[in-house]
Amino acid sequence: MKRSTIDLWVGLFVAIGIAAVVFLSLKVANLTPQSADQTYTLYADFDNIGGLKVKAPVKEAGVVVGRVSAIRLDNKTYRARVSLSLDKQYDFSRDTSAEILTAGLLGEQYVGLLQGGDPDTLKDGEQITLTSSALVLEQLIGKFMTSFTGGNSGKSTASAAQ
Amino acid sequence: MLELLLSPLRRLGHTTINAIWRLGFITRFLFAILRYSGQSLLRFNLTIREIYFAGVLSVIIVVVSGLFVGMVLGLQGYNTLSRFGSADALGALVALSLLRELGPVLAALLFSSRAGSAMTAEIGLMKATEQLDAMSVMAVNPIARVVAPRFWAGVISMPILAAMFNVMGIFGGYLIGVVMIGLDAGTFWSQMQSNVDLHADVVNGLIKSLCFGIAVTLIAVFEGYDATPTAAGVSAATTRTVVTSALVILAVDFVLTAFMF
Repeated sequence: MKRSTIDLWVGLFVAIGIAAVVFLSLKVANLTPQSADQTYTLYADFDNIGGLKVKAPVKEAGVVVGRVSAIRLDNKTYRARVSLSLDKQYDFSRDTSAEILTAGLLGEQYVGLLQGGDPDTLKDGEQITLTSSALVLEQLIGKFMTSFTGGNSGKSTASAAQ
Repeated sequence: MLELLLSPLRRLGHTTINAIWRLGFITRFLFAILRYSGQSLLRFNLTIREIYFAGVLSVIIVVVSGLFVGMVLGLQGYNTLSRFGSADALGALVALSLLRELGPVLAALLFSSRAGSAMTAEIGLMKATEQLDAMSVMAVNPIARVVAPRFWAGVISMPILAAMFNVMGIFGGYLIGVVMIGLDAGTFWSQMQSNVDLHADVVNGLIKSLCFGIAVTLIAVFEGYDATPTAAGVSAATTRTVVTSALVILAVDFVLTAFMF
């Protein structure tokens, strides 16, 4: 059996095909080889998560330090329990606070962490207690409208009294 | 009078029975191919040769069409997205539409007209010139020697071609979005990366193209093997290959999409 030029072309074809699949997985789907032993999980309970989704980024000072791995409703407290899987190289203190923020006005929502001052750090499976919920635009507008009309009517009665 | 009434009915019945007959035969044919694949994969150089003719020679058309499809997606996507002020999502739009739908489907359509029709014509002519019968006489199984290598070549080539189509399409979208229109390259890629999932999009797209590869190649080799052994019969079989594969690709795509996404 001799090697022929057809073998070369087919070899090239298969090699380019494999390269294309690798490109699609690494560059397009951003597959980071992050196995379970490189991350640890923390929990955080929120009153309202707004539009937060699984796989949303977790950021500290704008740097992505992990991803949201699961979201479920705690059926005792009726709060949303968000699991954060964080990179092992980052430690967070016990009084770290978590809030749900929005990138831009209508952008995707992410979890923002704010490091506290406690020297003890959170271990795998522990909970972040200081949380603040997502800003829901409708509620915000509703609050603004009621305070706006309320303030206006107070002013008009004050002027009527004068 | 009665004859005039009955003849369309009779033709309808004939067409239906014939279609079911062919469906049964194609199923038996698939099992025959799988049964004799062991023999033909032992002589893998036959399959290599067919990968060259079906896969390598289709690369040019797949790459060029992929580039153009990506560029059109870039232009059209930018026009629509910028109307809603979200032109940043162009990378995600281009990548998702290519990976999920356009890449596998268009690559399969191109493959069926570029390589599938050639397979049908080749096998049909072998049958018309009685080469298949000659093989049987020499105790060479024509399914193991002729059909199975072509089938496996198609099944192997199709996902590779679809992946190439996707990469070229994303490159085309990049050319239009970033190089020509001037979107930020970082946003283009990061939007794409945060919205494309390895399993849901990339792997499902490859599974789709694998299914299309099986369907298209099976139709092509079957139509060739089943062709009426005349010049007109081979040409009719070639036409049927292209038409049937196009319909089957779109129907299978609908079913797979309903299951996957």
